[in-house]
Amino acid sequence: MSRLADTFAACAKEGRAALVTFVTGGDPSPAATPAILDALVAGGADVIELGMPFTDPMADGPAIQQADIRSLQAGTTTRHLLDIAKGFRARHPTVPLVLMGYANPMVRRGAQWFAETCAEVGVDGVICVDIPPEEDDMLGAALRAAKVDLVRLATPTTDAARLPAVLDGCSGFLYYVSVAGITGMQQAAQTSIEQAVAKLKAGTDLPVAVGFGVRTPDQAAAIARVADGVVVGSAIVEAIAEAHEAGQDPAVAVRSIVSGLSAAVQTARTREQAA
Amino acid sequence: MTIANTLRAQPDARGHFGQFGGRYVAETLMPLILELEKEYRRAKADPAFEAELDWLMKHYVGRPSPLYYAERLTETIRQSAPAGHGAKIYLKRDELNHTGAHKINNCVGQILLAVRMGKTRIIAETGAGQHGVATATVAARFGLPCVVYMGARDVERQSPNVFRMKLLGAEVRAVESGSRTLKDAMNEALRDWVANVHDTFYIIGTAAGPHPYPELVRDFQSVIGHEAKAQIMEMEGRLPDLLVAAIGGGSNAIGLFHPFLDDPDVAMLGIEAAGHGLDTGAHAASLTGGEPGVLHGNRTFLLQDEDGQITEGHSISAGLDYPGIGPEHSWLHDIGRVTYESVTDREALDAFQLLCRTEGIIPALEPSHALSAVARKAREMKADQIIIANLCGRGDKDIFTVASALGVAI
Ligand SMILES: Cc1ncc(COP(=O)(O)O)c(C=O)c1O
Repeated sequence: MSRLADTFAACAKEGRAALVTFVTGGDPSPAATPAILDALVAGGADVIELGMPFTDPMADGPAIQQADIRSLQAGTTTRHLLDIAKGFRARHPTVPLVLMGYANPMVRRGAQWFAETCAEVGVDGVICVDIPPEEDDMLGAALRAAKVDLVRLATPTTDAARLPAVLDGCSGFLYYVSVAGITGMQQAAQTSIEQAVAKLKAGTDLPVAVGFGVRTPDQAAAIARVADGVVVGSAIVEAIAEAHEAGQDPAVAVRSIVSGLSAAVQTARTREQAA
Repeated sequence: MTIANTLRAQPDARGHFGQFGGRYVAETLMPLILELEKEYRRAKADPAFEAELDWLMKHYVGRPSPLYYAERLTETIRQSAPAGHGAKIYLKRDELNHTGAHKINNCVGQILLAVRMGKTRIIAETGAGQHGVATATVAARFGLPCVVYMGARDVERQSPNVFRMKLLGAEVRAVESGSRTLKDAMNEALRDWVANVHDTFYIIGTAAGPHPYPELVRDFQSVIGHEAKAQIMEMEGRLPDLLVAAIGGGSNAIGLFHPFLDDPDVAMLGIEAAGHGLDTGAHAASLTGGEPGVLHGNRTFLLQDEDGQITEGHSISAGLDYPGIGPEHSWLHDIGRVTYESVTDREALDAFQLLCRTEGIIPALEPSHALSAVARKAREMKADQIIIANLCGRGDKDIFTVASALGVAI
């Protein structure tokens, strides 16, 4: 089994959701990222999404746009990101690592090169925001051949007719984008999330993780009660930005915010039972 | 019956022009662009849609636009050409359209689609402001609220058009992210769209973006080429030898070229902006200076670095400094049907002034790039040959830019 499957299975066995955390690679600098990733793990993150910065992040709100700009201005390259992934894999042999980003930086040197290099450095999965199932041949086949999970996105606009196409070729987990919108916006209503997750789970055995707009431990806990995973991105990215601007260590800020989220996710279902 | 040997049957069912085009968008948008495609097919088959489009094109836009023999320009070029050389130059006068550019052709078509789909809010991106003005215009005409995204740098460069859009009731949002120009405005429009898919129609201003946009923008702009073809047959009794058009995203060019693609004796030349010069790096020539990649929903030639980060385009013309190009042009370049060259800021400024003085027409800086190439080519061609250039916009919006480039205070 893959690291992603193992991790979601282990969390399920513990009767809890997985905490999936996103940071932009190279923000605020490539040198700072390894310690930030370590802090995510130390804080209790189960799955790490490492964002590949892009000049034109069309699906991202201001927080992640700024992170991409900081990263690129700090000189982050694709090589840096792959080296960061390789170092992470050496330090954390069992924690799943997923690269998330946009098509162009991923396919620039060819899909096969990208997929094989991901496998080589220990990347478990890839999330590409702007390759829908209709364009799967751009990257999907290469990832499957290299045994790297392709995590697809389902959204509130993905209806029952489309869902099978989204699931076909998706592995690792299914990422439910809970709001029709960009990252860092308001959270969707809890009832709509619950209904959507129920529909998705009826269509697949893959774990379903819910993200976009999840900021606080309370929100994370509410989602953790119904989904297999909770994704938090912009809130962590903002904490990195604030610490960096204040001249503090971003890794410390990251560890603190992730600990809070992790505690909430870990106990969400038991607290619900107690209540 | 399947028609063999046509170059006019692109894209394929998946929206691909050869290896270019496609639908590289976030999942949130996929259902919507599939729906748009269906609605476009229905509209194309609906005589009522065509009738309304034709009516608006005639009475609101002012079509057909004249095909004008630029005799003094032709004569002036002949003076510096070898004996017997100096092709006849015709100008397709799309600068005479309502709002002063070809952009309105596409906007009229798209707003009719928006209305058919029951959308109640319009958004658009704009570079020079011509597409923004055209969108604000049709939104006013159909009584729909309109938000136009414009790079903050372009807001400064094109202030008259910003004011025009506001007069027309549109809200202009200055985009501060990235390079603060057209590509960033397009990113922001896409962000708005994903958050408002239920009620919003995105009127894309050039023949780019996810399928079906490159196809439908081309179809709406093809009125230029269809008219030009009929007009030149009437005036000269034969097809032209060369078509020339400027390329930002490529909508005016594909609009002129497409109806002629299957006429093998008609050569075509697309002109990209060479800015300060191709070797300076400060240009917007995606085909000459770029490589294939994925941006804004389609695979096409892009200005980018070795990691796939998009680099900034430069041109004196705010309508040309887009780092990409419509996917059909990438394909036509690939198969060699259309030739693509580039013209610098300086050359465009010279051509701008040449047209002002020889013909009494102030062109926009975008078609001034095409005109510079026309002068270059006309000299090499025989005097009995014919060139049609797309005069796709008028230059009122550019007089401040031109004055400052010429060192004149106004
Ligand atoms: C007058 C004019 N011509 C050309 C362009 C470039 O666009 P396209 O290549 O789509 O025709 C613009 C864009 O703003 C324009 O305003």
